[in-house]
Amino acid sequence: MAELPPYPPIEPSEFDLVIVGTGLPESILAAAASAAGKSVLHLDPNPFYGSHFASLPPDDLSGFLDHPRPSSPDPAAASGGDDLAAASIDLRSLYSDVEISSFAPETLEQHSRKFSLDLSGPRVLFCADKAVDAILKSGANQYVEFKSIDASLVCDKGGNLVNVPDSRAAIFKDKSLSLVEKNVLMRFFKLVQQHFSGDGESDRISEEDLASPFVEFLAKMRLPEKIKSVILYAIAMADYDQEDKEACKIVISTKEGIERLALYHSSVGRFANAVGALIYPIYGQGELAQAFCRRAAVKGCIYVLRMPVIALHIDKESGEYRGVRLGSGQDIFSHKLVLEPSFTVPSSRGLLPQNSLMENAQVKAKMARGICILTSSLRPDESNFLIVYPPRSLYPEQVTSVRVLQIGGNLAVCPSGMFVLYLSALCDEASQGKKILHRAINALMNLDDSEISESTPASTVQTEEARADPLLLWRALYIQELTAGQVGTVSSTPMPDGSLGFNDALDATVKLFQTIYPHEPFFPETPAEDPEDDGALSVET
Amino acid sequence: MHGRPRTAPKPEDAAASAAKAQKLRALQSQFLSYHHSRIYTEEALDASAKLLEINPEYYTAWNYRKLAVEHRVGESGSSPEYVKSIFDEELKVVENALRQNFKSYGAWYHRTWVLSKGHSSLDHELRLLDRFQKADPRNFHAWNYRRFVAALLGRSVEDELQYTEDLIGNNFSNYSAWHNRSMLLSEILKKKEQESSSQDVISKEYEFVLNALYTDPDDQSGWFYHLWLLDQTFKVKAPLLVSSWPVPGFDLVVSGNVSFADHPLSSFSEFTVALERFPVVLYFNQNVEGVNSSTVTIQSTFVQNEDVTWKPLSLQNSPASKVWVGYLDLSGVDHHSSAPYTVEIKLGHHQGIMSSNGLQLSIPFDLSFTVSVKPLETQSSKDEKVAWEEDKFCACETHLQVAIPCLCYDGITVDNKYEPTTSDWQIGTIAEEISQIRNLLAISDSKIGKITLARLLMAHDAMSSPYATKTVHAEEVLGLYSELMKLDPSHYQYYKDERSLVLLQQLLSSRETLLRYCFCYRGITSPSAYGPICLRLNNQSISRMGSFDKLLWVQLLDLSDNELHSIEGMEALQLLRCLNLGRNKLRSFTSLDPLRYLRSLKVLNISHNEIGLHSIDTTRYSCSASPLSHNGEIIWSDDVFPPEDADVTNYWEAFMVFKSLELTQLDIVGNAVTNEKFKSFLLKILPKLQFLDGQNLHQI
Repeated sequence: MAELPPYPPIEPSEFDLVIVGTGLPESILAAAASAAGKSVLHLDPNPFYGSHFASLPPDDLSGFLDHPRPSSPDPAAASGGDDLAAASIDLRSLYSDVEISSFAPETLEQHSRKFSLDLSGPRVLFCADKAVDAILKSGANQYVEFKSIDASLVCDKGGNLVNVPDSRAAIFKDKSLSLVEKNVLMRFFKLVQQHFSGDGESDRISEEDLASPFVEFLAKMRLPEKIKSVILYAIAMADYDQEDKEACKIVISTKEGIERLALYHSSVGRFANAVGALIYPIYGQGELAQAFCRRAAVKGCIYVLRMPVIALHIDKESGEYRGVRLGSGQDIFSHKLVLEPSFTVPSSRGLLPQNSLMENAQVKAKMARGICILTSSLRPDESNFLIVYPPRSLYPEQVTSVRVLQIGGNLAVCPSGMFVLYLSALCDEASQGKKILHRAINALMNLDDSEISESTPASTVQTEEARADPLLLWRALYIQELTAGQVGTVSSTPMPDGSLGFNDALDATVKLFQTIYPHEPFFPETPAEDPEDDGALSVET
Repeated sequence: MHGRPRTAPKPEDAAASAAKAQKLRALQSQFLSYHHSRIYTEEALDASAKLLEINPEYYTAWNYRKLAVEHRVGESGSSPEYVKSIFDEELKVVENALRQNFKSYGAWYHRTWVLSKGHSSLDHELRLLDRFQKADPRNFHAWNYRRFVAALLGRSVEDELQYTEDLIGNNFSNYSAWHNRSMLLSEILKKKEQESSSQDVISKEYEFVLNALYTDPDDQSGWFYHLWLLDQTFKVKAPLLVSSWPVPGFDLVVSGNVSFADHPLSSFSEFTVALERFPVVLYFNQNVEGVNSSTVTIQSTFVQNEDVTWKPLSLQNSPASKVWVGYLDLSGVDHHSSAPYTVEIKLGHHQGIMSSNGLQLSIPFDLSFTVSVKPLETQSSKDEKVAWEEDKFCACETHLQVAIPCLCYDGITVDNKYEPTTSDWQIGTIAEEISQIRNLLAISDSKIGKITLARLLMAHDAMSSPYATKTVHAEEVLGLYSELMKLDPSHYQYYKDERSLVLLQQLLSSRETLLRYCFCYRGITSPSAYGPICLRLNNQSISRMGSFDKLLWVQLLDLSDNELHSIEGMEALQLLRCLNLGRNKLRSFTSLDPLRYLRSLKVLNISHNEIGLHSIDTTRYSCSASPLSHNGEIIWSDDVFPPEDADVTNYWEAFMVFKSLELTQLDIVGNAVTNEKFKSFLLKILPKLQFLDGQNLHQI
């Protein structure tokens, strides 16, 4: 820590809550705890906000993927007092098999600060996402603006990308569905709608059906294959091949399936300016965490960036958590501590009750993520869109869906005229995950699968000048761990999950908040202090 | 804007609105004083602008502003910039008013007025409209204004069409957009000179709207547009003569030598009519104008073409009608000669008979028949009464059936050039839609889909058989309407009426089916061995009459024990003498209006109906029989005035129906209106009446 400039001591030195890491769950927590009147110290060892939910320029992003901290904490920690013992904090990397290829370093260099690449992409907000409600309730909407995702596409059996018929209007306009398919799909939508809004018992889907796998319910409703695939993978956003019982690690139940469908539908038309179900924050996903941090700061939360925590103080007698020692050498005491998921406290201390924050956490899977910088849009008339490749649509052994999000310069995530492509797929191990992403990239850029470049050694920057495809300037592929956060006196927030939206992350955050502060409301309904704040989400057209 | 419940105002709101009203009244009286003194100063204009911002519906203030604009423009020495600024100010006032209420008639009209003066820029208008059409896409004021602006801007129909497509794409329940689309397409179709290119346009629209019908069959907007398309496809173009009396080649026997009126039924024989004159009826497939002695020529030895006056048989006092009648005078005929006279009628050889959309009767039509005079030998009793009892009728014998002059107009038996008026494209399109709607109904239950299918099937039948002699789909259509009557009880009467018309079409479509309903009447003395032929469509659960083109020959008609509430169209049956409407659901005398045209009608049974039962006469509210349409005019010319002591004021409607009839027998018992007072009124206005409710008046 010798290189760090001396930092003035933080006043006061006792807090209700110390939070380390400024990812979205931590930031929401900070804002919620501050709104509930708690004194909160919010730290981040990084020089930027957002932790694993940050948006960064290419170089910073590759640096973060390789070494998640500017420097590792000093393990030699002194005890803060006679009755306190020091406990070390371990760091782990969430990322592995990082593979970064730059095909035009000069061009990138020239524009480097104009990029904000999402670490946990592809990720967007459903207009009816719980995160949107939290943004509105907390007042964070003052600090962030959104734009619509123009289109949502899905790859059909024939390998063609077609628009997802996700609403009444979209079904009407759809060119790929037959008339009968339109009727069948719309009737299914109405059935689900009636389940949620109808008053009679007859309108509701039976309990037995709700418990059954969604894929079986869709079959029972006699939906044709094509429509089944659209609903499962492009609307309910299922990851695993629901038709393949052996490979499918997460079977979506009918209850879950129709809830996701309902989320999608209540998203369409929620905001007048949003054309579809999905919106994306201008300047990238990192803006969301920052908006909550600013909200927390308004409520009195203290922020210190570039400040690592190097050890915990533990009560010698009870073994309970008392405080932290900062990289600056200062000791801070608090009742509770929340850590972002790269930190682990050796479990022998018995500090972490094993309460998992998320369901499906028992699934051992990893997330393969990819980022590409392109010089032109993959689709001539659209700049921001989502593409889903359902299982088996790229090749027979593909067991999970690939989601692809293109975001253009008009969302200020890259220089105007360029485009950023995010890809993700669940996988068991790195090579499988990368294969899926490679196949998807090749399919998108009309490349032959034979052109798959042999896996390059991890974390080397490589220049391939003779690359045939002028479209691709830069590419990052990496594998991210997926484990859920945990709750206790010392809690840890969940990692960016494998879903497209923020609903699951928000559920986990609310659960964490309610465990820490069981008697406090999560963002109480208060009249806006700022008269100009009309409580609406700003969606630019 | 739509479907929002009203909530009762809270007390504090009521107080606030009272204060607002107070303020408004003050402003209004100040404004009126400016208006009356013709003060057009800045201050006065401000007052009106303020007033309109609060209440854009105050039309006087808009008119004041128009006067002010004219005043100021006249005064200005007309520097163009100054004039423009005056008009621009008006646009601003309108915009403020619209912000208060974007459905204000006055504001939109004022804006139209300002722009039509041509001093203002139009650039802003489409953006303004976009805003209002976003606020409420079904705001018809905005749509009207859009059409006005689009015309001023000279925007192409194609651009506007694309705009409707976009809005329909956003929400295909937006009927305003569909409606505007139909308006624009009508323009395009008018311009398309080649048949095939307008066919392409219509086919594409069918494809387009089917997407809406399939996606949400419960939404009506698409169905209404579909109906409009069906209309465009089905549109019968040129007028066509579908039926006539007498039918071509018919040998008409005219008998009797004394005044017909005294012997109501004695002169029945095969097909005989009154001696003095007989009617020629021309029945077209649509309303036509221009039937007169120059477009229809009659060649005969006993009558001069110019002496025949053709009259439209139309309840509305309109120059166009589907049915035209001309009476041929027989006074010049030698009663003792039995040799038949030939009558030749030619029409369509010269231009002049045309439909409401200006199309000429395209197929020339010649019809000839013979007339022979047979003096009446047997004189029957004056007191003979027509009784409708079951045992008075017996089945027609085969040799008699041959004489029934029905169903000549199937395009084959008529010796005329018959050219199909419908194209393969039309029939193909309808067939395609039938299969599409059938497929839809197989997977989705839809009332409006069922009625559309019924209409399509009937259109298909009508197209493949212009004289309605083939009813391939009638059974299916009847089934559809029966189903609808159960599914949708609130429109029961409509379905029932439609079903009745189809049923009649089916019953009267072929000779075999029709003959099942023809009976010989044996209730009166007749010169021939067999009695006159009566068409009995009783007890068929018919609620509306139709297919009159098949019934022009009928003299005795039994429609009793049905559910008729209207006899619209019956005016075509010029030969009708005896009509039984007993035990139906006629609600008023106005619903009997068509009877006024039936000069031959002598025997009428309207017993056991609902006349006088309902205080509100709904017939009056249907357009065809509006009390404002002055349809009594023709009758007054017959110099019929009420007897002085008749209680005309209380029974005006009854008087209007009966005054021109020379009934000898009337049954009216079992109606709420019937009482002694009414009966005495009837006796006064029907001097020739012999039987009233079965009672022989001459024996009292």
